[in-house]
Amino acid sequence: MSGTFLGMPKFQAAAPEALANSQQRRNLQHATHTIRDKRARVVEELDDWEELRQAGAAIKDNVLSHLDTYLVQLEESLTRAGATVHWASDADEANRIITSLVQETGTDEVVKVKSMATQEIGLNEALEETGIAAWETDLAELIVQLGHDKPSHILVPAIHRNRAEIREIFLSEMGQVGTPPPGDLSADPRDLAEAARVHLREKFLRAKVAVSGANFAVAETGTLVVVESEGNGRMCLTLPETLISVVGIEKVLPRLEDLEVFMQLLPRSSTGERMNPYTSTWTGITPGDGPQQVHVVLLDNGRTDALADSVGRQALRCIRCSACLNVCPVYERVGGHAYGSVYPGPIGAILNPQLRGTTSEVDQSLPYASSLCGACGDVCPVGIEIPELLVHLRTRVVDEQRGGMPSGEQIAMKGAAWMFSDHRRWEMAQKGTELGGRAMKKKDTIGRLPGPLSAWSDARDSPTPPTETFRSWWKREKGGQS
Amino acid sequence: MSTRDEMLGRIGAALAGADRRPPPDYTYGAVTPLPDIADTFVERVEDYRAVVERVDPEGLADAVVAALDGAARVVVPPAMPAEWLDGFTELTRTQVVTDDGALSADDLDRFDAVVTAAAVGIAVTGTVVLDHGPDQGRRALSLVPDLHVCIVLESQLVGDVPESVAPLRAAVEAGRPLTWISGPSATSDIELERVEGVHGPRNLHVLLVRDLLVHDTAPDTAPDSARATPA
Repeated sequence: MSGTFLGMPKFQAAAPEALANSQQRRNLQHATHTIRDKRARVVEELDDWEELRQAGAAIKDNVLSHLDTYLVQLEESLTRAGATVHWASDADEANRIITSLVQETGTDEVVKVKSMATQEIGLNEALEETGIAAWETDLAELIVQLGHDKPSHILVPAIHRNRAEIREIFLSEMGQVGTPPPGDLSADPRDLAEAARVHLREKFLRAKVAVSGANFAVAETGTLVVVESEGNGRMCLTLPETLISVVGIEKVLPRLEDLEVFMQLLPRSSTGERMNPYTSTWTGITPGDGPQQVHVVLLDNGRTDALADSVGRQALRCIRCSACLNVCPVYERVGGHAYGSVYPGPIGAILNPQLRGTTSEVDQSLPYASSLCGACGDVCPVGIEIPELLVHLRTRVVDEQRGGMPSGEQIAMKGAAWMFSDHRRWEMAQKGTELGGRAMKKKDTIGRLPGPLSAWSDARDSPTPPTETFRSWWKREKGGQS
Repeated sequence: MSTRDEMLGRIGAALAGADRRPPPDYTYGAVTPLPDIADTFVERVEDYRAVVERVDPEGLADAVVAALDGAARVVVPPAMPAEWLDGFTELTRTQVVTDDGALSADDLDRFDAVVTAAAVGIAVTGTVVLDHGPDQGRRALSLVPDLHVCIVLESQLVGDVPESVAPLRAAVEAGRPLTWISGPSATSDIELERVEGVHGPRNLHVLLVRDLLVHDTAPDTAPDSARATPA
């Protein structure tokens, strides 16, 4: 632990920088408000939304509390259907498995359909190290990849970019890795989408191997499900000879019927549509249709640690819809990069510290990246009590900091406790603030404070103290009568 | 110890003493009553900026030709009902090729359009579901050509998503894939402005065929109200 205040390091260091980016703030405000309004409208159409949410939560709780049984069942169903199942404890193991599967095919490139799990394990970077090019095929992921950037939203990863920036990225980068855009490319989203279509089509048609994630994996039948809009998913899942899918172990659903619940909850919560344009399901290998080599990598990477926390376990219900991001006042202003992870926003603030542990500054800071207003918990389609979990994780972070050298914050809190415990000490302290207030009469707020207080004041404005306290006003006006 | 046993061991330890939760108390497959299931389907498919038309069985062959809108090369699945393609005899300039399974992705990319049947239509969400039976063909067929003409029978319509899973179960258990299609390919990735047409077919043309008089068990009921309160 460095000298920074408890719970204040990484997010709080990244947030002011993001806040200063007024272009990004405008892009985000427009995008999050548009999508949250659409979501509210289509959710309102369903009379049984609350029942659906409860069913979604209950199905996931049933899965999680019998995860060992359902995973073994999924493995059996997948194997019976002709797929090969691999188990991966962590990112390194998953990347090793996938890299060698790709190498066995003799190809040096893969097409990818957007997948949170492969981002989480840094698959693209791992493949690149062994000389395998991984092409992202979702339009937003393509923008992020070509821009040498990082995704900032679960569903619309390039939400922080506007059309002019995207045009620049396409013009300067596309030609270096494949079909270039037309020289007279405009910033019209239609033209930009068309440039992406032409650029990626060449890659789809020649690709021998694809890598995907999965939104759901049905234990009973061994069916994997990918939910998408553009058709890049269908291209990846259908045209190549080999398909490798990375599936977090929490993605299991017991029965095929459970899809009816999630195929209503997910599109309405994520894009605010009654249904997303394309959903693909596949059950192992189908002779004469699609990839004839199908691999499934079941990924732990911290999920069993989250499972072991009886309160935190509910975060594994998450279906990655991103509704919580779009209603979060903190996310709306700072954007996704400040969270230092592929899972930004309120869900990132509870998921990351559980998956990665609370040893790093960023993971210790994330439970504090919230105003606890509760909007995230209200919209969550699987009823994850995000605010409650944020507080739970704050407790965990504080508990883990006990013992050893006290931090600056702990010393400050001890001093405050000493001051508040005696009214004479409190009045003495107030006298001090009155003097300070008079000295700073002309200012409304205090800027950066000196010394150890600078870490606090870097991300916060403090009001200047009043020139007279309530207690001395009362004494003056009422002569000490009660 | 294998990674598999290690992971299962960790899960077992994580769940030791945990409250093992039962499946939810929830009624699957509930019927969504609609005043007119076909009207709702048409309205919702239109919402996606797809083209949708209601046709009589005898008008279908002409409607297919019209929907193809002058496409020069058309591919169809192996078991497309022959009468659906009757209109082509008059069209000397359209080449209709039946997929024999040997066409490569590049071959498919040279077709302008594809005609398929469907397995289920979902009214509330405006979705057609393909279960890739012989009248729908393999997945690549309805994916690569830029225009997809999809023929849905009124008797294949269900109210909402909960009713759609049961009729698809047999296909899944037979190892077949499913494709759920709601409108043409679309993206909202640039400033959340919806653009139709990225990687999948940019044009979806749905032909909804009135067939209830043939299939309905209550022949006295008029087509429009036949499924108002589905059995």
